[in-house]
Amino acid sequence: MDKKDYKNVFVFAEQREGVIQPVAFELLGKARDLADVLGEKVVAMFLGYGIKNQAQTLIEMGADEVIVVDTPELKDYLSEQYSQAVYQIIDARKPSIVLYGATTIGRDMAPRLACRLRAGLTADCTKLEVKPAQEEGFMDLHSTRPAFGGNLMATIVCPNTRPQMSTVRPGVMQKRERDAARQGVVTDFAPNFDTSKFRVRLVETIKADKSVADISEAKILVSGGRGVHDKEGFNKLQALADQLGGQVASSRAMVDNGVMPHECQVGQTGKTVRPNLYIACGISGAIQHLAGMEESDLIVAINKDKFAPIFSVADLGIVGDLHKIVPMLTERLKKEMAE
Amino acid sequence: MNIIVCLKQVPDTTEIKIDPVKGTLIREGVPSIMNPDDKGGLELALRMKDEFGAHVTVISMGPPQADVMLREAYAMGADRAILLSDRKFAGADTLATSYALSGLCRTLDYDLIIAGRQAIDGDTAQVGPELAEHLGLPQITYVADAKRLENGNLLVHKENEDSTQVLEVEGKCLLTVLASAFEPRYMSVAGIMEAYDKEVEVWSADKIDVEETKLGLAGSPTKVFQSFPKAMKAPGELHEVSEEEAVELIINKLKEKHII
Repeated sequence: MDKKDYKNVFVFAEQREGVIQPVAFELLGKARDLADVLGEKVVAMFLGYGIKNQAQTLIEMGADEVIVVDTPELKDYLSEQYSQAVYQIIDARKPSIVLYGATTIGRDMAPRLACRLRAGLTADCTKLEVKPAQEEGFMDLHSTRPAFGGNLMATIVCPNTRPQMSTVRPGVMQKRERDAARQGVVTDFAPNFDTSKFRVRLVETIKADKSVADISEAKILVSGGRGVHDKEGFNKLQALADQLGGQVASSRAMVDNGVMPHECQVGQTGKTVRPNLYIACGISGAIQHLAGMEESDLIVAINKDKFAPIFSVADLGIVGDLHKIVPMLTERLKKEMAE
Repeated sequence: MNIIVCLKQVPDTTEIKIDPVKGTLIREGVPSIMNPDDKGGLELALRMKDEFGAHVTVISMGPPQADVMLREAYAMGADRAILLSDRKFAGADTLATSYALSGLCRTLDYDLIIAGRQAIDGDTAQVGPELAEHLGLPQITYVADAKRLENGNLLVHKENEDSTQVLEVEGKCLLTVLASAFEPRYMSVAGIMEAYDKEVEVWSADKIDVEETKLGLAGSPTKVFQSFPKAMKAPGELHEVSEEEAVELIINKLKEKHII
């Protein structure tokens, strides 16, 4: 392998049922930054069936080229089918960097590819930069990620191998504003499938309950922890969220004890959120929770314990009883809004 | 049916604290545990054993101390335990780790390999899929349910963010499972008694089918450039006031930030 042969920043543009996922746009935004530093191109790999007409969207979101694989074998995500197609693209085009969303698709496929390519892969990154390498004339990708349950940050490099690959946590990178005037190239790619390796068959897909809105998309979150106690406590949070036009979220404790569904969980093993407003009610603030919400624009915390770690990230901390303050705040907001 | 279960001994990360002065991890007194997702994987294997009979071999790579965890697996119901332990494995990243494990798996007879989704110290979720790739096996990750069908295939539920995929897999395969889906059984009293008489086989690199250059630090494409404690942002205001005043403070802050 000659490192000099590897060029350009590739992004796996994930779609589900024909809908390009937000993480694809976030990756394009980051890839654009990296490629501009490197003086290279951003190339999106866009796989699926009946999706080609959306390639232009990826260009408008930052891609210079979109490699489209549009074939019935790729209608639904399956590890081997997708891995074969992406492997063949990477093998043919030799990118220096490949980024995937750290989703159940990206984290399923990227390690298989890393192994097939004998490439380095860094999981669930929250920061990406390119910096001059020790070896003259090269730039290395510096991928930073939380480890030890979010207690420590580690920056990983792959000085000797290419491509350098990372899965990137959804909700962390910033997407660009859509630019309808952006021009780019759309390239068709036809993989040669080894169908003898296709040994997993999709029987059916059971959709999750859509009535639960995605908290990672919310602008305002009212989030509850152990101090909320029970479902009744969460009704108070829901009333406040309704008044603010936001949604209710939860710490891990209240998911583990069955009070709230997993979809609502914020933190290392739940979702990463960065709303305009995060109101933390009765959440002590374990480091695993903080990892999922500390990038929120404004954090208000209400907790009885003035030593609760949540106050270390809160812009406004209130030592007090949420069961009294939250309903009073809801009533006060009703009046404010009426005026 | 022969099942291999991959286990990792990890520090209990919920017990780790940061030294506020030095900014380093305080590891003293932090208990070592069987990684929760791996324990879920062992539980799945033992349920299969209960249901239709299976021979369950637990394997791990790590220092000699991992012996304790493998004895715990014996006490839960595992039939054989092998610890891959050799200085040649030191400094391995996920690719070199999965390569070493693949060398071990190749020397064993198996129909199914089960691993945890991810370990709570590294959180990479990479070793399982990489092991599957080294062995040329199909994989299903994020597994919440697995049943054997009449035709011998497995029917598996994969949990995605927005859906559950029901997948049928033919022949040998590797599953990575979620701890939340497989509440592990307790060790039995008889199991604990017996666990200390059973042998945990300790294998060195010579005993498995691998090329030495692909092991340990030398076989690892990723290198840790630096590690550091997470930067804490400057603390904001903290008020201990009456409820009425608290509501006022919040309202004023929301107005100041143009949220209302």
